[in-house]
Formats: sequence, structure tokens, C-alpha cells
Amino acid sequence: MARKALITGAADTPVGRLPEHNCMSLHVAAAQGAITDAGLKPSDIDGVLAAFSFTQPHMMLASVFCEYMGLKPGFTTAVQSGGATACTAVALAAALVEAGMCKHVLVVTGDNRLSGLPPGGAAAMLAQFGHPEFEQPYGISIPAAYALVAQRYMHEYGVLPEHLAAIAVTQRGHAALHPHAHMREPITIADVMNSRIISTPLKLLDCCLVSDGAAAVVLSAPENVSASADGIALLGSGQGHTHEHISSAPSLLDFGCAQSAEQAFARAGVAVSDIDVAEIYDSFTITLAVELESMGFFSKGEAGPAAAAGALGLKGQLPCNTHGGLLSYGHSGAAGGMFHVVEAVNQLKHRAGPRQVDDAELALVHGDGGILSAHCSLILGRVH
Amino acid sequence: MNKPVMHKPAPLPTSDTAEYWQACNRDELLYQRCDNCSHVQFYPRRICTVCQSNDLGWHRSAQKGTIHSFTVVHRAANRAFDADVPFVLALIDLDEGFRMMTNVIGEECRTATIGRRVRVVFEQHSSGQKLPQAILEPLA
Repeated sequence: MARKALITGAADTPVGRLPEHNCMSLHVAAAQGAITDAGLKPSDIDGVLAAFSFTQPHMMLASVFCEYMGLKPGFTTAVQSGGATACTAVALAAALVEAGMCKHVLVVTGDNRLSGLPPGGAAAMLAQFGHPEFEQPYGISIPAAYALVAQRYMHEYGVLPEHLAAIAVTQRGHAALHPHAHMREPITIADVMNSRIISTPLKLLDCCLVSDGAAAVVLSAPENVSASADGIALLGSGQGHTHEHISSAPSLLDFGCAQSAEQAFARAGVAVSDIDVAEIYDSFTITLAVELESMGFFSKGEAGPAAAAGALGLKGQLPCNTHGGLLSYGHSGAAGGMFHVVEAVNQLKHRAGPRQVDDAELALVHGDGGILSAHCSLILGRVH
Repeated sequence: MNKPVMHKPAPLPTSDTAEYWQACNRDELLYQRCDNCSHVQFYPRRICTVCQSNDLGWHRSAQKGTIHSFTVVHRAANRAFDADVPFVLALIDLDEGFRMMTNVIGEECRTATIGRRVRVVFEQHSSGQKLPQAILEPLA
């Protein structure tokens, strides 16, 4: 374990409508938070990984960020794999410090896609993820693509919309305990069921938010961290890829999250039953159900009913998305997935306040890019 | 990323797909089969996704298939589709063994279910290109 990279700093900004911010100011706020949390100075950072932005699109966003903040790292590039970006960038940062190429790598993500775009702007840009010839002419949207998965899943396993709604209700309860969360008003199953239909069977409250916000972490080589530090190690990571466009997915029931998690568990030398807390990409309620089941936390079709029985709560069998996830905490592009990473670190550092999961020692974080297309799993653990 | 689009996206044929789209304009649905391993694939491209052979042949579909999944879209992401909501988006499994995305069109389209038989018809797109679409077959 001595050679495993450590996550030495993690921070996010408030999330929601933040008109006082712009894309780069959000990046800097999160970066400063993470560097301070690591006990470092900006000049200690010798590697920087950034991602992408809708409001400040640029082919070299990492360079734009470094220029804005006055950083002159020895290694920098942008990472782009949709919702898998945060986990992928963390895995890459770990590889950089484990290979000795960098001492301290800052991974920073953020966007002001709520206040920085016209209404509906983020959804319209996201619809361009569809294939330009074979999907977009038919009016595909990201919710419609996930709805195709949900419809088949419900047909196959006899799952009811109320089961998926229980996931949204659980996560809103977690968000209510987080001062940064975008949506904190409690909701009921009936609220979800009565919310506006977006694309059958998905309703408004089955869908993630569009938020302004940013999040960042610092990964450090173990030899550059004092032995007394409260260390969080990246014990293992994995990926799984089967397609990009949903019309090319080999199955609407089994996705690359299974291989991704299996690889991460094997590399970390732990089992699914060892995980104390899970922070898993939840662009829609169906997304979380499919991922939880593919990774082996629940049998097929059982995640929703388990959520309804309290299994995903802070005292449940698998405390999940303890900050509220993309459904209620917020979704700010690549930062959406990074909020999951930051929350896992907060849980493992036992500083999650009223959301704290008792004795959290081992966390799984998972990102999903595209339509369950690109998957990346991380296993984080406390180092004693 | 580009700016949000406000017109219905038109299929712009590439050197891989020109033959396919020309066939659509003749009311014919083409698909590719690998001459090396017989894998059937969709959308058209230069390489077999199973054996990576470059020897692919065009074949004409009988245009019959089954709905693998569908959704009724009530909120369009692209405002150009606002006038069409609610509309049906579906994944269709053609009898030759390939899957494609279409809308389910026609008066009965809202009765679409998983497993319903469909046939592919061709609809004029505002761009002038014909688009394959699915229409429900009468229930047996």
C-alpha cells in the first residue's frame, strides 16, 4: 500500500444558482479549497488536470485554468469522458504521482451551466451527444436515451416507477443535511410521481439538476505526505466501455459498470460487501438502479425496492450518495461527478457532520459518461 | 461544444454513409454484413466491429422489426422538436439482426409497446433527405 497515491485535499463550492461566479472563478474557488485542505501552497502543485465547460468551451481548458490562476505545472491536460471524467481524472492523477511524474496533482472541475446559459441551454447542448446522423434527427435527448433504458429495465424486471422514485426521495433526504446542496426541500414518492413527465417513464424528479458549482481534489505521492497525516488512499480503479451511443449499446440491461467495478475491486483487493459508503453517478434514478445492480450491491430489479425499504439511507445496508447526488446535491458538468469524490473523502475523513456514516473506512465512487457508455470506478480507503 | 441548435438536425452523409442515405431516398433500407465473419452491423462504417475486417457488403433489409424499447418524449431538448411533443422515440430490432433508432409514427403510435412488430417507412425530412421511421404493424 506504500506506493498508492493519496487524496490529500478535497473541496467543493456551494452549488446552485451562483450568478456572482463564472466558469474560471468557480474553478479557482474549488482549487484553493482543495490545496488548502491538503495543507499545500499553490506553488507545490506540479500537475493539473481539468475537464470541460459549456459556458467557456475551449480546446485547452487546463491551460486556460493554469493561466488564470497563475500556475506553471510540469504536467497539465484536460480530461473528457462525460460523467466519467472526474473519476477518470482522479485515476490518471494517481497514476502520475505513482509513476513519479508529479508530486502533487490538482484535479479541478466546474461550470456555471445554470446561470451562464439561457434556459434549457444545457439540455440542448447535451442532446448533441446523440449520433448526428442516426439519433439526433429523431429528437433524442439525454433524458429520452435513459428513458429507453428505464422502459426496458422495468419491462424486464417488473420494477415500478414508485421504486425508482424511492431513490430520488432518499437522496433528497441526504441533500437536506448538506449546507452546499442545490435542492434541500424534502420530497415524497407522490411528489416524484406527480412531477412533470419528461420522457416516459422518467419524470422531472427522476432527473438530475442543472447547477453552477465546482469541485477539486489533490492527489499526492505518499513520499511527499507526512506520516501523521490522516490519509485517504486510492486503493484501486477500473473502467468499462461498451459503446457511446445508446443505439449501439450491446444491451439495455448490462453495461460496462460491471467490468469497471470488478476491476477496481480486484486492484484494491476488496469485495463488494466490504464497502461502507458508495457515491455513484445518478444522472437519473434509473442510472443509479442499473449501476448498483451491475456492480453486485443488489440483485437485478432490486435496487429500487431496496431504496424504498431504506437500504440506501445513512443507516441502511449501503449508504449511498450521502450528499444527495446529481439528483439533489447538484450537477455542474464534470464537477457533478467530482462532488461524489469530494463526498467520499469527507465521509472517509469522518467530517461529514450530520451525514456521517458510522465508521466509514472504505468507499466506492463511480462515474458514468454518455448513456451508461463510459464507466470509471474508484475504491478509496482510510490509511492507518 | 457548439451553440444550442434550434433547427431539426439533418443527417449529413459522410463518405461512410452516403450510399445508405441515397438508398433511403429510394425507399430502401440498407445495412452492412461482414464478408469475413458474417457479422451484421449498423450504422455503416469502414470496419467490422467484431473481426475488424474491412470487407463489408451492403444488403437490403426487408424493413420488418420489433420494438426493443421506446419512450414518449414530452419535453424536447432541442426546441426544434417542441411542435412534435409528445412523440415516440424507439429502438427497433430489425429481423436481419441489427438495431436502429427511429420515431414510431402514425396515428396509433402512442399504443407502442415493447415487443410490438413494426415496419420501416421513409419520411421526408425538412432537409430534403428521407428518414427511415417505424410504423406499427396491425395487432395479429
